[in-house]
Amino acid sequence: MTVLEQPGAYHLSPPPGWRPQLDPAPLLPDAEPHRMLGTDAAAGLDPALLTRLYRELVRGRRYNEQATALTKQGRLAVYPSSTGQEAAQVAAALVLEERDWLFPSYRDTLAAVARGLDPVEVLSLLRGDWHSGYDPRATRVAPLCTPLATQLPHAVGLAHAARLKGDDVVALALVGDGGTSEGDFHEALNFAAVWRIPVVFLVQNNGFAISVPLAKQSAAPSLAHKAVGYGMPGRLVDGNDAAAVHQVLQEAVRRARRGGGPTLVEAVTYRVEAHTNADDATRYRTDDEVQAWRAHDPIALMERELRSRGLLDDAGVREAAAGAEELAAGLRARMNQDPELRPDDLFAQVYAEETVQLAEQRTRLAEELAEELAADEAARQDGAQHDGDQHDGARTEGAHGAEGATR
Amino acid sequence: MSAPATRAPAAARKPATMAQALNRAMRDAMAADPTVHVLGEDVGTLGGVFRVTDGLAKEFGEDRCTDTPLAEAGILGAAVGMAMYGLRPVVEMQFDAFAYPSFEQLVSHVSRMRNRTHGALPMPITVRVPYGGGIGGVEHHSDSSEAYYMATPGLHVVTPATVADAYGLLRAAIASDDPVVFMEPKRLYWGKADWSPDSPEQVPGIGRAVVRRPGRSATLITYGPSVPVCLAAAEAAREEGWELEVVDLRSLVPFDEETVVSSVRRTGRAVIVHESPGFGGPGGEVAARVSERCFHYLEAPVLRVAGFDIPYPPPMLERHHLPGVERVLDAVARLQWESDWTAAADGGGTEGGGN
Repeated sequence: MTVLEQPGAYHLSPPPGWRPQLDPAPLLPDAEPHRMLGTDAAAGLDPALLTRLYRELVRGRRYNEQATALTKQGRLAVYPSSTGQEAAQVAAALVLEERDWLFPSYRDTLAAVARGLDPVEVLSLLRGDWHSGYDPRATRVAPLCTPLATQLPHAVGLAHAARLKGDDVVALALVGDGGTSEGDFHEALNFAAVWRIPVVFLVQNNGFAISVPLAKQSAAPSLAHKAVGYGMPGRLVDGNDAAAVHQVLQEAVRRARRGGGPTLVEAVTYRVEAHTNADDATRYRTDDEVQAWRAHDPIALMERELRSRGLLDDAGVREAAAGAEELAAGLRARMNQDPELRPDDLFAQVYAEETVQLAEQRTRLAEELAEELAADEAARQDGAQHDGDQHDGARTEGAHGAEGATR
Repeated sequence: MSAPATRAPAAARKPATMAQALNRAMRDAMAADPTVHVLGEDVGTLGGVFRVTDGLAKEFGEDRCTDTPLAEAGILGAAVGMAMYGLRPVVEMQFDAFAYPSFEQLVSHVSRMRNRTHGALPMPITVRVPYGGGIGGVEHHSDSSEAYYMATPGLHVVTPATVADAYGLLRAAIASDDPVVFMEPKRLYWGKADWSPDSPEQVPGIGRAVVRRPGRSATLITYGPSVPVCLAAAEAAREEGWELEVVDLRSLVPFDEETVVSSVRRTGRAVIVHESPGFGGPGGEVAARVSERCFHYLEAPVLRVAGFDIPYPPPMLERHHLPGVERVLDAVARLQWESDWTAAADGGGTEGGGN
């Protein structure tokens, strides 16, 4: 009997390799960003957690202001502010256990500071005295990552390795809305889902990739929806509601810890400041938009909740501000010291064992520095010799030479 | 890493291919060190498209030899994270040109993580890249991509040309605390040599070149797939009365200047041979260093025999592109054989001569 002699049968069975689809419904994010503060659900929240989040938010805001000020004073080469995004970064830091790992991008210095790292060490990259100023293994915070989304596969690989060793470690990786367009975002999420890696991806959707708004970045229903295509749950949360972000991240971390695999969380927030101090945000957005977000401020939202529940009064506000001021003053004082620069470090740790060529280059630089130092010293002595001799024409030249040598 | 015997008894030595030696190197490394993990596309069940990882998943399990999704940046990026946690990943890139999506991970992270973190995060990652032409591969299967890697500080770039080196250098690469781009000349995968898998001979470590064939007329400086070409050229050159020395670099980074320089100072003439396009290729760097350090010993300009500066040709035309024996001999013939000033100066002492 030929196929044609069995009408209909040919089309009845699905393709041989086809398997029933997974139901995408449980993976879908809610229609609206999850909120806690100001809702009835907030009543069930731990007061100690809320108070801790509030203090960290206040500290975080002050840290952002201080870092921005230090940039204007020339103490930082550049600072990408996270003002307005404190809730997402603070919640990300607080949700992790000590053994867990955090994978920040360059805008996430606050997350590292909120995790307890030394802010001066965290700001090394942006100050420019070295690329990474803290020990990632000791702190379990990966180096601040500048090439967008490239830290996400690192988080996947690290959590994979930890699981292979039988260690209970979750990796939390931070990325922005712009970063979700990168190929590494796709590859990392795909790997994580296929291998059921204990990793949580937190997208801080702050509305802009420098000047490009989200509408020009993605046509997805939401960034959280992207999770569904990989077979992991997507969660949408109000990124300025620290309690909500903490709750959603905690669920995702717990899920990862018990072997449930990865989660993609989109925190909807706003970059209140420009991209960096070098950017002019007035070229691509209106003040009205910024003001609307300022009215949805993460600290104000938390303060209102705490006051309404009697967990915070004016004295508590002053106390939190004083704690933040202490952080800022310490940071200011230490950043106003010139960092100790070690040119020899340029060659140290390029390789485990220095190559012949690098050894030659290191020697050459050392000789240059020695000559510079000697010239400096000679000019200083020259200057001292002529000091007070108003009529010596060489003085001006000598002093000028000394200045040139020390710069 | 156990210290293998210098030379196995003749009875234990039998014909083996480079692919088998590479396979054995990974197997021995995995057996010796539980932190060694192999990952890549088709490396598990299939044993790799060139079968270089054959049997590893079966012997060590899929957690140790893992088939990944088809995503080279993801593979290398995951390897970075694994290395951060103390593992020693061995990554297979399926073909030279298929490694390009992982380039950002390699350049922006693998090569500089140690430096970035003051040594806190070394990257003991081996990236195996089957490379080069001569296998009749269609587009994207025959690139010589070593110059890209050489231009990136922080990477080691290693390439074997013999069965014994394939084993020894891959073991050294996996044991290295630095990232190694391990370039495997796929046209030599099936080349055989007598070799003992159970007591492989000891070879010099990474960063050491070797003189494959001694000679006093001129030096051929080469590596990987061009080593057999140069050895054949040296044999053919005897008819012309030239005794050519063949230096196999083995490692492009670190570059063994001493072996190269001492050879050229002896012979006074040098030709660099590689498949990679000549412009901006490894030969330019070698020629510059030879010129800087052997200027007063040279009888002739340092010449290069390289692939043309063209996208790799389709298989039916590749023989026109690949440097072969004739092209090497043509270059040797242009080494100003009428010039003998350094030899003449020899009588009066040559060191630093030629003023």
